Amino acid sequence: MSAVVAISNADRIRAVLADVPDPEIPAVSVLDLGIVREIGVDAVTITPTYTGCPATIAIEQSIRAALDANGFVDVAIATTLSPPWSTDWISDEGREKLRAYGIAPPPKGAGASALKNQTLAECPRCGSSNTEEISRFGSTPCKALWRCKACAEPFDRFKCH
Amino acid sequence: MDAVATYALRLGDDSLILGQRLSEWCGHAPALEVDLSLANVALDQIGQATHFLNLAGELEGKGRDGDALAFRRDVMDFTNCLLVEQPNGDFAQTIARQFLFSHYQELLFTALMASKNATIAAIAAKAVKETAYHAVLASDWVVRLGDGTDESKARMIAGLDWMWRFADELFAMDDVDAAAIKAGVGIDKAALRSSWDTRIDAVLAEATLMRPASRRPVLGGRVGRHSEHLGHLLTEMQFLQRAYPGATW
Repeated sequence: MSAVVAISNADRIRAVLADVPDPEIPAVSVLDLGIVREIGVDAVTITPTYTGCPATIAIEQSIRAALDANGFVDVAIATTLSPPWSTDWISDEGREKLRAYGIAPPPKGAGASALKNQTLAECPRCGSSNTEEISRFGSTPCKALWRCKACAEPFDRFKCH
Repeated sequence: MDAVATYALRLGDDSLILGQRLSEWCGHAPALEVDLSLANVALDQIGQATHFLNLAGELEGKGRDGDALAFRRDVMDFTNCLLVEQPNGDFAQTIARQFLFSHYQELLFTALMASKNATIAAIAAKAVKETAYHAVLASDWVVRLGDGTDESKARMIAGLDWMWRFADELFAMDDVDAAAIKAGVGIDKAALRSSWDTRIDAVLAEATLMRPASRRPVLGGRVGRHSEHLGHLLTEMQFLQRAYPGATW
């Protein structure tokens, strides 16, 4: 019996976390971004995105608040650094939400090779691949600044990490 | 502090002081994109520093956390290399510092991913991805300034010439390194030198720049012998905790 209860609790916690937005990019949830690594009976394990991401503390606080508000006051939050977070962990649904929000999702297959052979971003507005990078560092640690040469709009691209 | 704690402290101090230096550019860089870039690199460095200094405090076991180590030590107790405390100078000098340091840091973190200290290995594995971006950013600018106008080239040469004397310290080994290697925690930094030289030379060639002339290396940062610049940096960074000890908000 207890196993059944545990599973349903994890599912309920998952549902709560699906409604916790990223503080910088509210279009996606902490689940979409792959920040939540494990949902256990008594603890949720999360991992920071960028080492210096100022949103890390805000994310933990929002998760705490959401858990408390839904009756999971006894569920702890643990943080792990390893394995390091990767943009490959952003779900397909999360990628679509980013695109709809105006941020080009990161190419899959993150890592050094992708960084050296930058593929062209697809403009989240018009879908053109006729784009260029303006600055590899953008408004947050996770984004680069791009411009679409077809529709002339600037846009953010989630950096491969 | 024992050798492993000191090892973590040195890693943290390098990141902290460079992060603080870079943050001085915030709102002052030559273009908005550059401002954002330098602020982002600063953030990454400060994030690394938080992890490494928290670990150093934990290993020390005297109840000091990363904040205590960052804000309540005096200049002689800092163990950062002299390169990172060098003043920003003009933009080319800042880029020269970043160029020499980021290539070293990327090689260092790649090697430290095999550290037997799980926390150091985890921080390195995470941070190396960011450091790769820093190295590309700095290299791009070395090429752009070096192979640019007469003015930008002259400034890039001057910046590299100033920073070059502090490069040897990055690869210098002492008792702390030896003990950390023996414990399986540290790595042989001297062994990184040839890869670093190859990377630096390739970028300098693309930038149509000569490698600066070798000169007497300046050492001492690891054992607390710093330039006067570090004290000035600390007065600003530590002001609040010194004026209002223990303040939180």
